[in-house]
Amino acid sequence: MNQFIDWISQPWPWYVAGPMIGLTVPALLILGNKSFGISSSLRHACAICIPAGIPFFNYNWRKEMWNLVFVLGVLIGGFVATTFISNPDEIVLASKTQADLTALGITDFSGLMPSDIFSWENLFTAKGLVFFVLGGFLVGFGTRYAGGCTSGHAIMGISSLQWPSLVATIFFMLGGFLMTLVFLGPLMKLVGF
Amino acid sequence: MKVVEKNIQEVVCDAPNSQTTGEKGLALVKYLILGVLFGIVFVKAEIISWFRIQEMFRLDSFHMYGVIGSAIVTGIISIQLIKRLKIKSIAGEEIKIPKKEFRKGQIYGGFIFGLGWAITGTCPGPLFAQIGSGFTVIIITLLSAIAGTWVYGKFSDKLPN
Repeated sequence: MNQFIDWISQPWPWYVAGPMIGLTVPALLILGNKSFGISSSLRHACAICIPAGIPFFNYNWRKEMWNLVFVLGVLIGGFVATTFISNPDEIVLASKTQADLTALGITDFSGLMPSDIFSWENLFTAKGLVFFVLGGFLVGFGTRYAGGCTSGHAIMGISSLQWPSLVATIFFMLGGFLMTLVFLGPLMKLVGF
Repeated sequence: MKVVEKNIQEVVCDAPNSQTTGEKGLALVKYLILGVLFGIVFVKAEIISWFRIQEMFRLDSFHMYGVIGSAIVTGIISIQLIKRLKIKSIAGEEIKIPKKEFRKGQIYGGFIFGLGWAITGTCPGPLFAQIGSGFTVIIITLLSAIAGTWVYGKFSDKLPN
């Protein structure tokens, strides 16, 4: 048993994780005739808590409770994996990425997230404003405008051979490349790295 | 045989629910379990890591491309099998995959999400797994993402689409 725990505590390779994520597609279809998509949960949260008479949030969200239950599961899964089968070693990062990020001012490479950025101390600072507030806003606004995120478009949409999802995915990547390779450096300098 | 069914739903959602019968209480537990498994994979494959997303956008590692690519291949094969073998859902219904219509939002919105993806290092799924993993400050990112969704909903009819 201990050997098994040690074994699954190592980081899982892409060829294990990818197919497992892909299997979520048929699992949801067969379990409940549901299309995979996670950003919808954010819309349901709006529809439940702050619909404010906006037509976009006026729909039968009770029928979509499954989606919120699913993301609650994702949260619990994150807790389970981190608490019971967490990788004891530091994350192994490509040396070029590590060098580039060090040049940008990142110093802590020990966990899955850099504590230089993602800590409560940064909440009411320029770092927090950019990385939590602005970043989160762009994710929420952009995914809803695009009608889906990596799960709804890149995985579910392309898997069902729908070209609009391929277009969306190409623009996800373009936005990401532009931010990472062009804007991120100046932005980090601006917020005090 | 058409792979994609026409979307007849009033609400166009990226995670449409085609099941006709309602599900409450214990019937929802299966989605919870599926979510837990999914969250575990997110953490163990380090998809929730801001570093891994940086590697992906810097083209320094194949890992994320392998994950997303093999997930898509698995999805394509699964959907083809469901269609060709006419597999039904456990409620006995014909499985429907609503069509996604092309809109300009997939370009503008997709690009905006991409910018946010590179800043936060997360898409909406890993957000929840990050919070569960103890990065509790990501609750702020989540609230901001919900706010972004709300602002889109508020102004959706004024945006080019």
